[in-house]
Amino acid sequence: MIPLSWYLIAAAALFCIGLFGVLSRKNAVSILMSVELMLNAVNINLLAFWHYHTQLQGAGQITPQVFVAMVFIVAAAEVAVGLALIISAYRRRETPVVDEMTLLKG
Amino acid sequence: MAAGEFTTSMVLAVLPEIGLVALAAVLLVVDLIWRGNTRRYFGWLTTAGLAVIMLLAVLFARPAVEGALVWGGMLRFDSAGFVFRMIFLAAAALTALYTAVTDSVRLHGEFYALLLVSTLGMSLMASASDLIMLFLAIETTSIPLYVLAGFILRDQKSVEAGIKYLLFGAMASAILLYGFSLIYGLTGTTQLYNLGAAFQAGAVPAVLIAAVIGLVLVGFGFKVSAVPFHFWAPDVYQGAPTPVAGFLSTASKAAGFAALMRVMAVAFPEQSALWSTMIAVLATLSMLVGNYLALAQKSLKRLLAYSSIAHAGYILIGVAAGSEFGWLSSTYYLMAYLVTNLAAFGLVAWVERNTGSDDLSAFAGLSRRAPALGLVMIVAMLSLGGIPPFAGFFGKLLVFASAIEKGMVWLVLVGIFNAIIGLYYYLMVLKTIYVNEPSDTAKLPKAAVAWRVALTICVVGILVLGFWFGPFYSYAQSAAASIWIY
Repeated sequence: MIPLSWYLIAAAALFCIGLFGVLSRKNAVSILMSVELMLNAVNINLLAFWHYHTQLQGAGQITPQVFVAMVFIVAAAEVAVGLALIISAYRRRETPVVDEMTLLKG
Repeated sequence: MAAGEFTTSMVLAVLPEIGLVALAAVLLVVDLIWRGNTRRYFGWLTTAGLAVIMLLAVLFARPAVEGALVWGGMLRFDSAGFVFRMIFLAAAALTALYTAVTDSVRLHGEFYALLLVSTLGMSLMASASDLIMLFLAIETTSIPLYVLAGFILRDQKSVEAGIKYLLFGAMASAILLYGFSLIYGLTGTTQLYNLGAAFQAGAVPAVLIAAVIGLVLVGFGFKVSAVPFHFWAPDVYQGAPTPVAGFLSTASKAAGFAALMRVMAVAFPEQSALWSTMIAVLATLSMLVGNYLALAQKSLKRLLAYSSIAHAGYILIGVAAGSEFGWLSSTYYLMAYLVTNLAAFGLVAWVERNTGSDDLSAFAGLSRRAPALGLVMIVAMLSLGGIPPFAGFFGKLLVFASAIEKGMVWLVLVGIFNAIIGLYYYLMVLKTIYVNEPSDTAKLPKAAVAWRVALTICVVGILVLGFWFGPFYSYAQSAAASIWIY
């Protein structure tokens, strides 16, 4: 039986890797992928906690599983919009690198 | 009410939301049918639809005084939800009127459909009482807004604004979500109204609660564009279509505050000293950074963006007070800010359309090129600066009073100091408009009807909220009371 804390540590590590990726990556696609890592860390957390609380209460809860499904759906929608925007920028500039997006500054 | 039980009152509780979905669907269908000249009327259609929804909501969907959980505990049907819903619907209606004269978007039915879906999300944010519903509502608000910000594909600035907004927004919502997952883990429930008791029991270490509050504040700090989570705001406001920037700075901000106030009051009542301090720090930083950076701006849209960050700081003072009166003052401030900022952004949109620039220099001598617009700008800028008798003054007065009531005098001093800095650059804008010589002395063309109607409503709103204090104060009061008493 793997204890709860291992899952939480793994999720926290994944979250930190994702956050680091978001803050350090220059390519917009890589940033989106890093955000996905953060969202997956959330999913691991939710499912680990779901298992824990189910054992604790002796009855299965449905809400965390619904929550995880919602996170999937929203992540997919977010990526769809994100990639569409990145492609439309790429068509004009031939670059997905956010550092080169400097029309707006001040 | 037990979960699973279905009554007609549940349908009435989400009547405005049903109306918004229906209106969005109508717009998408009409977009396929209308051809040629009639496509100009999308904006009017949206506004008329929103007016009908507001009327229906006032007539049939008024919540009971004590409020009730509906839809299996997903939403809470109370005055706070009702008042904020009215704020969002009004903002969407005014934005639709402004976009009706914005050439790049007005012929696109899907633009208005996205605007409505985003309003739907905000409306749910204000009444969500479950973490799952809250998360879903936040994303329903944000994802259409990313598209709206990047809507003008021909304009590289707009696309850039969309990408930046999306990347920051996705990161902030992931952080917020991580906080939500920890809340569920610590308490075993996602129902907001059970969390207060769960955290109170003392079974959860204080450090973990503090960490969770921090994560949640990052997410909401992004939505309300509070420093240090404000980096997206100036770029997005400048690049997005101007009416969308106005919508972002008013409705989206109000939605963030509505959700923030409910979560803090309901889920963390025991930790109020902790989050009150954290929010006071955010407020101080937002006011200082927003106002100082606004001083140096050449583009009026960027100036308004930094001013909007500073205003988030003022509103956070009311939230930091952590009392019913504080919530009241923040709600009133949000109403005042709505009409004031939409007037300012509407003016910028019109001048930008006719001169092709949103630089301050494009506004030089505006009073001679379009006297009425100069007068409107005086009203808007003085209201933003907090000069009586305009709406902004009473907003500031109330938030400062709420902080004093709680003994946070230092926060009020910071606020007053910042209000003076703010006044300086608002007056500089007026000086540009009234004193500086215009580079082009030709009169501006007569404004379109839709635009004039929207601007008139905003100006009347600024004056009414300044002079005729009573009814709006009592709306804000009922909203605040319904969050605190449950």
